[in-house]
Amino acid sequence: MENTNLKERILEISGVNPRKCMKCGKCSGTCPNYDEMEYHPHQFVSMVEKGDIEPLMKAESLWTCLSCFACVERCPRSVEPAKLIEAVRLAVIRQQGANHLKPQDIPDKLDEDLPQQAIVSAFRKYTK
Amino acid sequence: MVYSYYPGCTLKTKAKDLDRYARASAAALGIELQELPDWQCCGGVYPMAKDEIATKLSSVRALLSAKEQGNDLVTMCSACHNVLKQVNHDMATDENIVTKVANYMKLDEPYRGETKVIHFLELLRDGVGFDELKKHVVKPLKGVKIAPYYGCLLLRPGKVMAFDDPENPAIMENFIKALGAEPVVYAMRNECCGGYATLEKKAIAEKKATAVMDNAAANGAQMMITACPLCLYNLTKNAQGGVPVKYFTEVLAEALGVKEEA
Repeated sequence: MENTNLKERILEISGVNPRKCMKCGKCSGTCPNYDEMEYHPHQFVSMVEKGDIEPLMKAESLWTCLSCFACVERCPRSVEPAKLIEAVRLAVIRQQGANHLKPQDIPDKLDEDLPQQAIVSAFRKYTK
Repeated sequence: MVYSYYPGCTLKTKAKDLDRYARASAAALGIELQELPDWQCCGGVYPMAKDEIATKLSSVRALLSAKEQGNDLVTMCSACHNVLKQVNHDMATDENIVTKVANYMKLDEPYRGETKVIHFLELLRDGVGFDELKKHVVKPLKGVKIAPYYGCLLLRPGKVMAFDDPENPAIMENFIKALGAEPVVYAMRNECCGGYATLEKKAIAEKKATAVMDNAAANGAQMMITACPLCLYNLTKNAQGGVPVKYFTEVLAEALGVKEEA
């Protein structure tokens, strides 16, 4: 189902032009977390282009993208799929009450060696 | 040589070794690292959204502070380096972000990415020079096979980071050679360790970090080195394999003979 407003918003947040994609699939081929995603980087590109964004907003993939920039680096057309995934993730967590990681979840995840970097990064990715 | 220095939050807490061995090594090489006054946490990951300003401000404040001091800005942690360098690139190229930041921070003169952000490894390569570094080595790490782990953040996106060839880097290998050790070249050196996903789903980080360590071990690594506290965590706590992992600054301080006093 096409949702034009949502599509425009995702394109604006990400600054990505999905129409540059030539559908070679290299982004998903190089994604180190492909196995943990139900929608893969190339599907984010094609589904955003079609305005079919609601399924992506419910996708587990939003939380398993590692932001490693492998898809950004290796795309021969500079489409930058990770920026689309980030934009959809933001469209979700910017909604009231939609934070994926809550401060009260943290104590159970701590161990004595866990670097602060992991916690601040996870909050940046999962919470607004 | 005087540089402004941005240590980052983790170097004050869980990654003190990365910081103190760097400071001792810098002193031994005649480099003065002046810690920025009042720096704030960079946030750990680069905020990619074009419409976000607030999440970029802590980086801008650090960049601006270095500009005011007239120094290049040295980073130590891969994540801080990635965030500061990418935000600096935005400030040099995205007029919309420049204007919004200038309005928000009430700057008389907009900040346009004038500060040069350099990772300490780049400083060793380009400022000191690996040949010169070699002359300062008093305890060469002879015969030690060290696998450099680049991870993601030092290298990508290559066009912005401009750290080294993002798919076939050599800087850490040359650093290891300068210390008298033997670099281990392996395919997974620039693949992800699992990063912050250790908090979302530990199994992801276990799988990713183990794949990296297995590959390093299969190529004969006796030790791995990194510049990233989260990579070090994932490789030591989430990987199966048992190859010791150290910060690059620790082996540097050891070779320069300043490890004990650090």
